[in-house]
Amino acid sequence: MMKKDLITELNRNELLDLYEKMVRIRVFEEKIEELGGKGHLLGPTIPCSGEEAVHVGVCANLRRDDKVVASHRPHGEFIAKGSDPRRMMAEIMGKKTGFCKGKGGSINMADFSTGVLGATAVLGSQIPYATGVALASKLENKDQVTICFFGDGASNEGTFHESLNLASVLNLPIVYICLNNGYATSLPVEEGMVITNISDRASSYGMAGETVDGNDVLAVYEAARQAVIRARKKEGPTLLECKAHCWHSLSREAVSYFTRDDDYRNKFAPKKGAPIPEEWKARDPIPNFKSRLLSNEITTERETEEITNRIKAEIEEAVNFAMESPYPMPEEAMEDIFCPAREGDRK
Amino acid sequence: MSEKMFIQAINEAIAEEMRRDEKVVVIGQDVKVSVFGATTRLFEEFGGNRVIQTPVSEAAGVGSALGLAVSGFRPIVELVVAGFSALVASDQILNQVTKIRYRTGGQAKAPMVFLFCYGGTGSGVFHTQSLYPIFMHFPGLKIAIPSTPHDAKGLMKTAIRDENPVAFFLSAPLHLMKGHVPEEEYITPFGEATILREGKDLTMVATGFCVHQVLKVASEYLNKRGYSAEVIDIRTPVPLDKQTILDSVKKTGKVIIVDEAQRTCGLASEIAATVVEQGFAFLKAPIKRVTPLDAPIPSSTPLGNYLVLNEEKIIKAAEEVLAYGRV
Repeated sequence: MMKKDLITELNRNELLDLYEKMVRIRVFEEKIEELGGKGHLLGPTIPCSGEEAVHVGVCANLRRDDKVVASHRPHGEFIAKGSDPRRMMAEIMGKKTGFCKGKGGSINMADFSTGVLGATAVLGSQIPYATGVALASKLENKDQVTICFFGDGASNEGTFHESLNLASVLNLPIVYICLNNGYATSLPVEEGMVITNISDRASSYGMAGETVDGNDVLAVYEAARQAVIRARKKEGPTLLECKAHCWHSLSREAVSYFTRDDDYRNKFAPKKGAPIPEEWKARDPIPNFKSRLLSNEITTERETEEITNRIKAEIEEAVNFAMESPYPMPEEAMEDIFCPAREGDRK
Repeated sequence: MSEKMFIQAINEAIAEEMRRDEKVVVIGQDVKVSVFGATTRLFEEFGGNRVIQTPVSEAAGVGSALGLAVSGFRPIVELVVAGFSALVASDQILNQVTKIRYRTGGQAKAPMVFLFCYGGTGSGVFHTQSLYPIFMHFPGLKIAIPSTPHDAKGLMKTAIRDENPVAFFLSAPLHLMKGHVPEEEYITPFGEATILREGKDLTMVATGFCVHQVLKVASEYLNKRGYSAEVIDIRTPVPLDKQTILDSVKKTGKVIIVDEAQRTCGLASEIAATVVEQGFAFLKAPIKRVTPLDAPIPSSTPLGNYLVLNEEKIIKAAEEVLAYGRV
């Protein structure tokens, strides 16, 4: 019901924008996986293919001055908030033109120009930080909203529980997005907790909690819309769990490992290059959303093809930009450790 | 001329800076009533938007303060006992706070002050730990350890105005100590050690509570025996004023370093290494470190007293170094 309403409620541009952003993330991540084996990427990268509907559905509700605190799998979160893929690619390649001049890399970068205040490799460490960003908006009496992305694994960290409690006690304008992709690296979520829905944990902290299908961009959009409105109206934080699949090889290896029989498990460690499970492919958010756009006559095959080609050219351009960008000078490694002194303070 | 307690000086510095800059806020546990007195009466004056009380959630408290700092506030984070909170919130302090500026390539800054109480004996294995050497391993964080009410106030003001995160260590045995605190506005700069007593025979380097033990040994024991010892209070382990120490060693040729942090990889070790690297030619005797023994400090006083440093141990080290090379 809700889906049908939304596809008629949102205008054509809004719907195509959702589609285009998901394609941009997918093409970017495919490029990252392709480049990964060629030695161009400095530091670890953790692509998010398969999870695009979550990033795009959530961020479509945000204003430019809203804040996002990203997870360890951050590319989609940055692109969905509007960060420049060229500078992101440069950052991942360790170039001076990257968001952080090469000091963040994929998993620890930030783009303050779009309000993405940081990804982090330490699972759950971003949740208190995001909570403080929301506290700042409250103290300044702004109607900004903060989004905090993290995974099912991080929801077992103490920082998750401390932060949700604090946000509730202080009534902060924040939406916690738990992207539950079923595995914390290799640990199936049901071996890490006995509850079915992580959003049930919201009730411990007296906050709103909801679980949505993270493969459905409109379902995510609608649930996040309600949560963002609630936060903006100072009616409290929300824990929104989005269940999706991550196609990145780590999770793929894990799932193949856990779905094989015992004999296989005993003989082999998780293998690289395991195929994407058929049931995951069937839930791929991008072709499914495209089918809905087509069947509702919002767009045409030709137009979606044009979008894809345009995005591919854009990401190719991003790669070229990053490749041609200079590395930082080695001695810049000693810059940005401390801030320069404030003018006029030491008198 | 005004005599104030150490903790009152801290309280005054925070209140004055909160009046001066509305972006200065206090966040942490028990900040409304204040366990040790650092934040006493701030809630009454500034209200709940400037004095933010958190549940017993150190990681969430520190992480939230980082979010505030990155958003333009200047939080002072009350963490009460360093031996608990610094370690419970260690990822937030040591990973997230210290590296926020670096990993964002200078996009972020985190002007914030962590308020820690440390030191003493008889409180059990967790309370008394002097953990600042751990913090010294993390570039991006400054560290201040005042030894007098005067410096407590002046250094606290500098810490609050600094654009970087500062770990501020308050020696528990000094909390109620009284001393001169000027009525007029002043700040005490970071990175400047202070020479509390001039001398030519021996350099004695110390920080925090040990400064008082060292001063007593220098002025009462050594002085009466005809030795003139120079006493240096380094005040800020980061940034460390190496020059003042090296200049003194150049003059005296002999040095002992007295510090209540753990001996292995401690502050005293770092200063000793610096003197050896940059002032080897000045040395007329091996450097001696006076530190607690490498063991936890238990609650039972006789056990604790055996482990921690005291005036007797300082005297012994000073005499050995002074006697070195004499026949």
